[in-house]
Amino acid sequence: MSAPSESNAPVMTAHRAGLIGCHSCGRVWTQDHDQCLRCGAHLMPPDRRSLQKVWAWWFAGLIMYIPANLFPMMSTQTFAGLAGSSESTIIEGVFELIHHGSYDIAIIVFVASIIVPMGKFVAIGWLAIVAGRPATVDQAHTRLKIYEVVEFIGRWSMIDVFVVAILSALVQLGFMASVHPGPAAASFALSVAFTMLSAQSFDARLIWRGLPLRSKSE
Amino acid sequence: MLAPGCPWPILTSMEHEPSYDLATGRGLMACPKCDALHIEEELELGETARCTRCGTVMAKPRDGAFVQLIALSFTSMVLLVGAVFFPFLEVSAMGFGNASSLFDVALAFADGVLLPLVIAVLAMIIGLPITRAFLLVYVLAPLAQGRKPHRHAARAFRWSEVMRPWSMAEIFVIGTAVALVKVAGLASVHLGPAFWAFCALIFVNIASRAFMCQTSIWDAIEDAGQTVEFHGKPRRAKA
Repeated sequence: MSAPSESNAPVMTAHRAGLIGCHSCGRVWTQDHDQCLRCGAHLMPPDRRSLQKVWAWWFAGLIMYIPANLFPMMSTQTFAGLAGSSESTIIEGVFELIHHGSYDIAIIVFVASIIVPMGKFVAIGWLAIVAGRPATVDQAHTRLKIYEVVEFIGRWSMIDVFVVAILSALVQLGFMASVHPGPAAASFALSVAFTMLSAQSFDARLIWRGLPLRSKSE
Repeated sequence: MLAPGCPWPILTSMEHEPSYDLATGRGLMACPKCDALHIEEELELGETARCTRCGTVMAKPRDGAFVQLIALSFTSMVLLVGAVFFPFLEVSAMGFGNASSLFDVALAFADGVLLPLVIAVLAMIIGLPITRAFLLVYVLAPLAQGRKPHRHAARAFRWSEVMRPWSMAEIFVIGTAVALVKVAGLASVHLGPAFWAFCALIFVNIASRAFMCQTSIWDAIEDAGQTVEFHGKPRRAKA
């Protein structure tokens, strides 16, 4: 394969050496330790068992994502409801913004609350499925990139929750207009939090391991 | 003993002088992203050590990083306190006006089912950033003066690292921008001092990320003789 520099030379890993590396501070310990003596983090050997946690948070996130899209994010009352009160879900909110002509903001909201969460479900699910399968170095690099992007971008989905929070605090103009948060705000926040936890519990070291269920060295 | 600008770890690939022990893991470091083993070595200030396999940055000591981080933590504490008590946004339309501080923003959710969300929102935009700033100062202040770290320094730093993805000040600012556009047609909006405090906070965070090197801090804590006290779970003895 046309892998970069270190390519096919076997890399000495902590696991192959019969040691455990701390995922939080990098210190290396013998396998009979179950807690890092330097930073106190729990030591986990890199095997597929840790994926259970990833899937648990993943499904929790997916379940919360359904009501987040079906229920209204917020309801707006203008002129004490005389000029109509409107409730809008996430996608309706985006269309409203397009209707107002603010395309840039509409794109931000659309990306942050629809593209990013969906992409995150797909990416984490895929990573968890292929984790530990034999891969070339190139593939491993790609997967690590994807994982890093997912980890970095996940928090940004919270934008919509903050928008609802700010609007409902700000737009309390009595008779004129008032905004109230809807149930979707809570379930969307939970969905984002769960997928963040799912991404965090994914062990990136699995990307680099050929066949993790087989015993090492022998 | 360690003052800023003293020993740092460096990582090179395996074949080197035997300052490490493959049986116990002493002097070794594993990449948290790919598990590749590296030997710890001294690193010049300003150098960056990357994992030989996956390229993850493993250490990047910078001159005076601890002092800078303490200063930046104090800055963000001041900004956050300001952000809580000054008005955030003011909106007015047809004689009706409303000024809201951050607590109003969070309390918007305070009715009924959404109450837990209040706590979550407040924690993410104020609570966690301010706690992280305190924890960092607690950990780094003695280290920067070359003294022994405070009790539980290791745990404090680990918690501050756990909280990192959950402090969302910069996302909140973007959220504000979106909210402003939505409100713009309805009423006129004035930005309060708290909004600008949050904008400044983004830059403080970026600066502090540039100086942050977890490996150096962990090493400094370890070299200064701090060991983790074990909570609850008994640990099996070394083989």
